Parts: sequence; structure tokens; C-alpha cells
Amino acid sequence: MLSRLQFAAATFFHFLFVPLTLGLSILLAIMETRWAVSGNQEFKRMARFWGKIFVINFALGVVTGITLEFQFGTNWARYSAYVGDIFGSLLAIEATIAFFLESTFIGVWIFTWNRLSPRAHAFVMWLIAAATNISAYWILSANAWMQHPVGYVLRNGRAELDDFLAIITQRFAVVEFMHTVSGAYIVAGFVVMGVSAYHLLKKREVEFFTRSFRMALIFALIFSLFEVVQGHLNGGEVAKAQPSKLAAMESHWKTQKRAPIYLFAMPRPDGGGNLIEILPIPGALSLLAFHDPNAEVKGLNDFKPEDRPPVLLTFGAFKIMVGLGFLFVLLTVWGLFVRNRLTDNPRYLRFMLLAIPLPYIAIEAGWMVAEVGRQPWLVWGLMRTAQGVSPVDAHQVAVSFIAFIVFYGLLGITAFWLMARYAKRGPEPLAAA
Amino acid sequence: METIWFLLWGLLWAIYFVLDGFDLGLGTISPFVTKSEEDKKVVYQAMGPFWDGNEVWLITAGGVTFAAFPKAYAVLFSALYSPLMFILFALIIRGVALEYRGKMEGRGWREAWDLCLFLGSLVPALLFGVAFANIFRGIPIDAEGVYRGTLFTLLNPYGLLGGLLFLCLFCYHGALWLGIKAGGELRSRAQKYARALWPPLLVLAVLFLVATWFSTNLYANYLENPALFIIPLLAVLGLLATRWFLQAGAMWKAWACNAVVVAGATLFGVVGLYPNLLPSSLSPAASLTVTNAASSPLTLKIMLGVALVMVPIVLAYQVWVYYYFRHQVKPEDLAYDEGY
Ligand code: HDD
Ligand code: HEM
Ligand code: HEM
Repeated sequence: MLSRLQFAAATFFHFLFVPLTLGLSILLAIMETRWAVSGNQEFKRMARFWGKIFVINFALGVVTGITLEFQFGTNWARYSAYVGDIFGSLLAIEATIAFFLESTFIGVWIFTWNRLSPRAHAFVMWLIAAATNISAYWILSANAWMQHPVGYVLRNGRAELDDFLAIITQRFAVVEFMHTVSGAYIVAGFVVMGVSAYHLLKKREVEFFTRSFRMALIFALIFSLFEVVQGHLNGGEVAKAQPSKLAAMESHWKTQKRAPIYLFAMPRPDGGGNLIEILPIPGALSLLAFHDPNAEVKGLNDFKPEDRPPVLLTFGAFKIMVGLGFLFVLLTVWGLFVRNRLTDNPRYLRFMLLAIPLPYIAIEAGWMVAEVGRQPWLVWGLMRTAQGVSPVDAHQVAVSFIAFIVFYGLLGITAFWLMARYAKRGPEPLAAA
Repeated sequence: METIWFLLWGLLWAIYFVLDGFDLGLGTISPFVTKSEEDKKVVYQAMGPFWDGNEVWLITAGGVTFAAFPKAYAVLFSALYSPLMFILFALIIRGVALEYRGKMEGRGWREAWDLCLFLGSLVPALLFGVAFANIFRGIPIDAEGVYRGTLFTLLNPYGLLGGLLFLCLFCYHGALWLGIKAGGELRSRAQKYARALWPPLLVLAVLFLVATWFSTNLYANYLENPALFIIPLLAVLGLLATRWFLQAGAMWKAWACNAVVVAGATLFGVVGLYPNLLPSSLSPAASLTVTNAASSPLTLKIMLGVALVMVPIVLAYQVWVYYYFRHQVKPEDLAYDEGY
């Protein structure tokens, strides 16, 4: 149990830094390209300012990722031995293809603002952006395999690779990648907008931050819209592959045709039904999940209690994610209308400043849905979570768990504090550069 | 196929130790060789563009263990749970120190990160040595792959000797690197440190080679196939040559020879292990070997394809980076604020 908590804490922590890296690297690459193409030094200033925040964030993404790479061995030894054939190779390939590229060139990028031509410097950032996003594809296809295993055979008491292409091209991997990555772009967009809003409220560097804001706005708008549509596709995959998760996401108990969605529902904390369910939209769940209002949706009652995921957590996290998803669309569409007179709309700017944490919450909630909803399976249908843990002395795990929490807590505070400091200080004049 | 992967596995560790070894060593000696804030900045700049790319060799070595020998990955890392956690924590604070130190003024801030760099370099250098020496010696795992020892089982004399050897080797490696990257007085101080570190290094290396005879089975492969003695021989020759080049002030050559020492030391152990990956000190039947821990042939084949294409590409661009940043750290680099 502790092992699980420790692992969950480590992944959540890693994923506090990952989304900003994924999204901001692309925004930075765009800024640098505009600098290289137009020769306008203002874009260089932009890239330098946001680049500082990027580097602070990137560092923590890297160091927390290293822990994760080894935690499959330390905390999930039995699991690793059982699926390493498939899962390990995806991880190793991720490292050789993507991690080398990003880590090698981030060093180059930091130290060559004045040594490389703007064009070459922008190209280095594109390499980094590509590498981080490629790395996301590999790790997510590994995760998708745990959600929906394909391309394997059971042999020698373990899952062995049978069809590599099937694993890396399965639909589940593709939708999971698109959904997670565009969620990350929303995070980056909202961080840039929020920080810009802070300065615009103080009327500092208005032109600089208006420009940054608009760029991030378009980025976030596109991906917020995309995310809602695409999230719906995700739901469709889940409905097919993981009916118990779908049922838990909606806290849907009775198997029925024309399954409704309740606008307001509340599962009983002990499981076994709903406390409240009012305002049904008949057929909505069937329609959304299977594109047919009359389709039958399996309810939780049809799963043995030991086969059900924790309903309250899955359900709550899902509702938070979806609610926030719609809110992001609203906020970015609103932004579209006021984009030319941002400083006249302090109310909007204040909203956007306060909205910085929201996409983080949405993205972590999304993982909660995917990972907790997968329970009690570690690999869907193949291996239960309880079977996967390491035979490690509980004391060792307990000590290291506490150490983890304290240590990560301190690191996280330092990192966010440092980012906030740089964000507040604003861009430097270029002469110093 | 398993044998190829075993060699690649050893090679990845060797590359990791050659590259990150100088970072770890330099971090360890930095509180001693630096006298001023300027010096410290040079040290940070000497590692700045490289450390992250170097560390990925560790990630890849770990990933390849997972992919090619999943059972060894599982048993090894859960058996070495505590030392590995220490290494990971240490690598975290080291990485953060390298990136964050220069992000703020203030003595307290900088000194705190200097301490993190020191500990974050010292601990992995030492513990990697302890861990590898224990692997060479065999650790108490039973037929189920469950570890039957405590943390202190690992701190046996042979393990500690391995730790000291690695530490000393890396410090020397780091001092040579600083001799390359620094100019002026710092450069001569780095050379002085390197000269002072060499005799203990030689003693430790000899002790280790002798202790290995008594504590491990590594020499069996060598006796069976004497041609293999070329590996430790090269390492020893490298160790002698590096001193000679150091005396001559040819820092790049001294460093390169020591790289041969680091790689030779790693491969010496790895080749000696074969066909074991993780010998059990309880019973030979419980040992993990390249055959009983390996992945399926298909996985190994696909991975080999990826490795054959990607590793040369990676090496090519990393060599370019080293070439591009081969110059000494100059004052204008230090003034330049994006650095450390
Ligand atoms: C959707 C994206 C995503 C997800 C789910 C994960 N990661 Fe990650 N990871 C990244 C996206 C990413 C990244 C954006 O590519 C990072 C963040 C900062 C960076 O340098 O790369 C990264 C860094 C990173 C590193 C350091 C690489 C380096 O030195 O450059 C390692 C070893 C891992 N990750 C390993 C993992 C493991 C074992 C995960 C599984 C639990 C995991 N990551 C989940
Ligand atoms: C980065 C985003 C991720 C987050 C926030 C996250 C979160 C979680 C959480 C909360 C759990 C615990 C669930 C429970 O015990 O009830 C968990 C378990 C797990 N996740 Fe993830 N996860 C993430 C990504 C991944 C990825 C990419 C993989 C694999 C490639 C993965 C593999 C696992 C494994 C092996 C477990 C252990 C099973 C378990 O504890 O139930 N996770 N994760
Ligand atoms: C209203 C729109 C949304 C819908 C309908 C939706 C739907 C879903 C569904 C069905 C899953 C579960 C997939 C699985 O278990 O494999 C999921 C997971 C997830 N969601 Fe959403 N989502 C929406 C908005 C968002 C937003 C706005 C974010 C982040 C900013 C987000 C981030 C995630 C993440 C990170 C996961 C876990 C990874 C995955 O499995 O794809 N989602 N979402």
C-alpha cells in the first residue's frame, strides 16, 4: 500500500512539471522562430523571459523523471518481471530516442544565446520541443498498454512481446497521447496568460505582455476546444475497453439501455449505490459512450465488488476534469472577444491570473481517472495491482516514503517560488543579454 | 543475442561512468579546489552544458536493464532499494543545484546549493562503487528473487573498497576535467589535486584487483580465456599513461587515458560476471544469468535495431556538443547571465 502511495506521489509530482515543459517548449520555439524570421529583438526578449521559467521547470521534470524510471524496479518488482518484455522496451526506446535529444540540447540551448545564430538557436528549441513530445508518446503508449493490453502472448509465466507495431499504434495509445498532450498545451497557455495578466494588471510592459498573452490565448483556445471533443473520443475507447471504469466515472450502477447522465449525482462513500441522483438526461450516457442513445451500458452492480474501482474518487475526479474542460473553453472564448483591449478588462485579467492552477488540477484529475479507474487491475485483465508490488521490507518503504514527501515538498516549493519570482520580476532589457 | 545485450549493457554503464564520472568527481572536489566565487562559477560552467546529457546514459542503462533483462531489473533494484534511493535523492539535489544556484544572488542560497552539489556528487560516486562491488561479489537473493540481507550486508569490506575506488577514480577524473576547462590559477590547482589523487588511486586499484581474487569469482572467465586479460591490462596501462600526460600538462590526453581506466574498470567486472548478471551469494542456482533473466528474442531483436540506429546518432551529436564547448571557460562566459 505504501509502495503504491509512494509511486503515486512520485508520478503526480513528476507530472506537475511535465505539462509546462511539453507546452512551453513549443511556445518558445514559435517565439524564437519569429525572432529568427523577423529579426525583431522583442521576440528574443520574449523567448529569454519565458525561457528562464522553462529552464527552472525543466530541471525538476528531469530529476523527478529519473526517480520514476527506477521506481518500477524498486516498488513494482513483480510487475516489472512480468511485463518488462514489453513495458521495459518502450521505456528504453523512449530514453534512446527522446531523452538524449532533449537533455543534450537543453544544455546547448542554455549556453548559446549569443554564440549560435538566431536560426540555429530556434532550431535547437524545436529539437527540444519535438523530443519532449516524442517522449510523451512512448511513455503514454506504455501506459495505454497497461490500460488496454494488445500485441502480447502469455508465455513462460509472463507477458511477452508479439506484435510491436500493434502496441505502439493502438487507438488507445493515440487518443491517450492526444488528450494528455493537448491538456499540457492548455496548462502552458494558461500559465503564460496568467503571468501576462499579472503584469497587464499593473500596466507594466504592456506591449510585451499583450503579445505574449495573445499568442498563448490562440494556443490555449485551439487546444481547449480540441480537448473537449477529443475527450469524448477517449470516453468512447474507455467504454469499449474498460466498462467498469466508465461506470465508475459516471457512478452508473444499473445495467440498462438508454442509460441517462444525471446532472447532479453523488455516490455513496461506502459504494453500492448513489446517495442522490437528480435531473437525468435520458439516453445521454449511451449516446456519448456508444454514439447510440439506445445502447446498453453496463452498471457497477454487474461487477463483483472486488472488481470495481474506487467509485467516489474516479467519479469526483472525472467531474472536476470535465467541468474545468468546459470552463477553459469559456475563458478562452471570452478572451477572444477582449483580446484587443486587454488592459480595459481588469476583471478578465484577474480571472486569468487566478486560473493558473486550474489546468494543473484538471490534468492531475485526469490521471486520477485513468489510473484509479483502472483499479483493481495493474494491467487490465492480466495482473492485479496487489500482485505487482516488490518484496521489499515495509520499514524501508515507510522511511523512504516520508523522506520523499518532505524532500519533494521542499523541492516543489523552491521550484514554484523561484518561477514565481522570475515571473513577477518581468523581462530584462535586452542590453543585459 | 543475450550475450550481445549483456555486452551492450556493460558498455552503457561504462559510458555512463566515463561521462558522468567527471561531473560526480568534480562536484565532490569542488568545495576544496575552489577559493572564490569566480572559481565556483568556472566549476559550474565546466559541467553546465554536459551533465544532463551524461545522466541520460544512466537512464538508458536502467531502461535497457528493464527491457533486456526485466527479471534482473526487478530483483536488482528492489534488493538494492536503500542504496538506490540514496543515489536517486542525491542525483536529484545535484541536478537541481546545477540549475538553480545561479538563479539567485545571496550567499546563503549559493552556499546551500554548493553543499547540495557536493553531497549530490559524493554519495552517488561512492554508492555506485559499493553497489557494483556487491554485484561482482554476489548478493544474498533466494530462488524467488527476494533479498535476504540488510542494508549493512552491502557495507562489507569489499563493497566499501569498491566504493572508495570509484570515489577516488571519479575525483581524479573530475580534477583532470577541471584542468581542461579552467584557466589560470584554478587550472594549476586542479592539476595539483590530480597529482595528489593519483597515488591513492593506484593503491586502491591494486588492492581492488587483489581483493577481487579472494572475494569474487570474476577471474574465472579470464583464466579460461586469457585473451580477456587485455581489458584490465588496458585499464592499468591507462592509469600509468594518465599520470605521464598529467605531468606533461597534456590535459585532454590525460583525461582520455583516464576514461580508458574508468571504462576498463567497469568492463573488467562486467566481463568477469558473464554469464551471470546478478550472482546470488546464497546458492548458484538462484543467480540471475543472461539466459534466465532475458527478454523474449523478439524484444531483444527490436531493441537491437533501435540501439544500432540510435546510439551512433546520439554519440554523434554528443561528440559535437563536446567539441563545440571544448574551449576553456572564459571571463566573458561567466559574465553571461544565462549560465550558472
Ligand atoms: C505525457 C508526458 C509524460 C508522462 C506521462 C511521463 N513523463 Fe517523464 N518526462 C516527460 C513526459 C512524461 C517530458 C516532458 O518529456 C520530461 C519532463 C521534463 C523533461 O525533460 O522531459 C520527462 C522527463 C523524464 C525523465 C528525465 C529525462 C531526461 O533526463 O531528459 C525520465 C527518466 C522520465 N521522464 C521517466 C518517466 C517515467 C518512468 C514515467 C512513468 C510513470 C514518466 N516519465 C511519465
Ligand atoms: C504522469 C501522470 C501519472 C499520474 C499522475 C499517475 C498517477 C497514478 C496514481 C494516483 C496511481 C495509484 C492508483 C491507486 O493505487 O489507486 C498510479 C498507479 C500506477 N501507475 Fe500511474 N500515473 C501517471 C502516469 C503513469 C504512467 C505513464 C505509467 C506507465 C507507463 C503509470 C504506471 C502506473 C503503475 C505501474 C501504477 C501502479 C498500480 C497502482 O498503484 O495502482 N502511471 N498512478
Ligand atoms: C470536457 C472535456 C473532457 C472530457 C470529456 C475528458 C474525458 C476523459 C476521459 C474519458 C478520460 C479517461 C481515459 C482513460 O481512462 O484512459 C480522460 C483522461 C484524462 N484527461 Fe480528460 N477529458 C476532458 C477534459 C480534460 C482537460 C481539460 C484536461 C487537462 C487539462 C484533461 C486531462 C486528462 C488527462 C491527463 C487524462 C489521463 C490520460 C488519459 O488517459 O488520456 N482532460 N479524460
